[in-house]
Amino acid sequence: MTPWIALPAVLPLLAAAASVLVGRSRTAQRIIGLGTLTALLGLAVRLLIETDRNDVMTTQAGGWVAPLGITFVADRLSAIMLLVAIGMFLAVLVYAIGQGDEEARHVGFHPVYLTLVAGVCMAFLTGDLFNLFVAFEVLLVSSYVLLTLGGRLAQVRAGTTYVVISLLASITFLMSLGLLYRATGTVNLADLPAAMEALDPELRRVFLLLFLGVFGIKAAIFPLFFWLPDSYPNAPTAITAVFAGLLTKVGVYAMIRIQTTIGPDDTVVGTVLLVVAALTMVIGVFGAISQQEIKRILSFHAVSQIGYMVFGLGLLTVAGLAAAILYIAQYIVVKTTLFLTGGLVERASGTGHLDRVDGMLRTRPLLGMLFLLPALSLAGVPPLSGFVGKFALVDAGVSSKSWVLVGVSLAVSIMTLLSMNKIWAGAFMGEPTANAEATSPLPTAMVVATGVLVAVSIGIALGAGPIYAYAERAAETLLPLAGSSAP
Amino acid sequence: MKRSVIVDVTARLILPSALLFALHLLLSGHDRPGGGFVGGLVAGATIALIFVAGGMDDVRSVVPVRPWTILGGGLAVAASVATVPILLGNPVMDNWKLSMDLPLLGDAKISSALVFDIGVAAVVIGTIFMVFEAFGDEEPPEFRGEVRPAPGSGQRPEVES
Repeated sequence: MTPWIALPAVLPLLAAAASVLVGRSRTAQRIIGLGTLTALLGLAVRLLIETDRNDVMTTQAGGWVAPLGITFVADRLSAIMLLVAIGMFLAVLVYAIGQGDEEARHVGFHPVYLTLVAGVCMAFLTGDLFNLFVAFEVLLVSSYVLLTLGGRLAQVRAGTTYVVISLLASITFLMSLGLLYRATGTVNLADLPAAMEALDPELRRVFLLLFLGVFGIKAAIFPLFFWLPDSYPNAPTAITAVFAGLLTKVGVYAMIRIQTTIGPDDTVVGTVLLVVAALTMVIGVFGAISQQEIKRILSFHAVSQIGYMVFGLGLLTVAGLAAAILYIAQYIVVKTTLFLTGGLVERASGTGHLDRVDGMLRTRPLLGMLFLLPALSLAGVPPLSGFVGKFALVDAGVSSKSWVLVGVSLAVSIMTLLSMNKIWAGAFMGEPTANAEATSPLPTAMVVATGVLVAVSIGIALGAGPIYAYAERAAETLLPLAGSSAP
Repeated sequence: MKRSVIVDVTARLILPSALLFALHLLLSGHDRPGGGFVGGLVAGATIALIFVAGGMDDVRSVVPVRPWTILGGGLAVAASVATVPILLGNPVMDNWKLSMDLPLLGDAKISSALVFDIGVAAVVIGTIFMVFEAFGDEEPPEFRGEVRPAPGSGQRPEVES
């Protein structure tokens, strides 16, 4: 029993309360937000080290033993996700403070942001499917607010789509939970593999597909992605960065959990996942190529890249899962950085539309670098972190002989490069237009936050060996644990 | 606004009993149907009642604290009940119970679950209050003398406060 592992799920809530109470002072809110996230970062590092030593750590809420009580579980996968997520939250908060827009105007920004942190942390740490539902609700309700902060017409319209889709997913999730509880008598992830064995294999597959579908909506996989490119780009930049970088990946995390828990050897579902992965990659990248605005291009890429993670999961091998985990970790950093850079471009030029901005490289060379590195990384150009992730995935695909998927993922990489080149050529190259002139300096906090994330992604590439080894150990805990209960 | 005598008097009659019922739900929630959320909803409904009877000004004069203070305070209490046990090395939301012998009431128990419920009730009340604070005024909040558009710049006409 290690009670402190539940701390990341409740501490942000306490901080959110404090943030509401000091609402009149933005400075106090900022100190609370940054302080809490820094403390959480420390906790996440400790969790990363300790889970590597102990494999799995648990605690029961209120001391009530499972299945009556709510279990919090931390393993290597939770720890690595938690660390990356909190790192992102901290960087984006610094960026948002530097930017000042919604953060400075709304008393509610900080409390809601911290509630979002609590929801995400709870999702990563819960060992109980119903509590996962609660965590999803906490993070979704916060995301509704953050998406529409500012109350512009486009935001409210996009927010409506997002709320309706999310509610639909939530209801389906809740109903699936009810069915599962009726069928097995438990929603505890640790008890489920054994409880599922009593069920008909077909029924087991139905449950697996139900949950994968629900989480697939949150993860925005094909064909459930249509809401994402419409709703995300309308949020304030910092918020779009968190949503696209992180929230869809919480869905992927849940997919990994449920697949390894109740269907670790279900190759039929595995094949379905592989097909879905290929379609997600291709359709996402086609969507990206056809867009003309930085944030929209990046949003379609957020869809496309999810395909890579599902590809790793669908292989149902330790190597594939390890590659998927590594891919998620590096991708969260890269994607968040790209959105933050996109925000910097908009800030500098007043528009994110590629037709209306040119020659940023001449006027702001640093911004060019901040875009170029993560963009090349996203496309998978060596030696950046995206290359490491894609290499691991392709390697896993080759050893599973999934030639089609390997081919598709390589082709999509090239197209990703193409669409990144579009932003590069559109916004950075050419003769500077009037609005690309470096009239006012960009806020230091925004540039520093983006720069630190670029450095982190380079760090991931440099430390790829140990990180992949860690991801592999994480995958080994996930697969044999569930695999032992296989019929 | 125009006041109706019937609504006014009815509201005044219902108010104490509704609040007492809310308190009952809150306290009995530990082992019977009820609890902080339901209690908070009933207490929040009284805010709606006062609003119907006398508008936002009445609500503000009856409830002396601002809505975000209720909300934040409640969340702080509830989150503390969850967090403090961890800091003491116990599981999250660990229970503690205080039994005492009170005159008149006899054996009384206070558990951390009750404290948590009080926090939840405050969050619910604060949220309902905030909804009325945001939408309940007949004029948009910027015309209540807080932010007034400069004369001549006005997209909207100025309103006498």
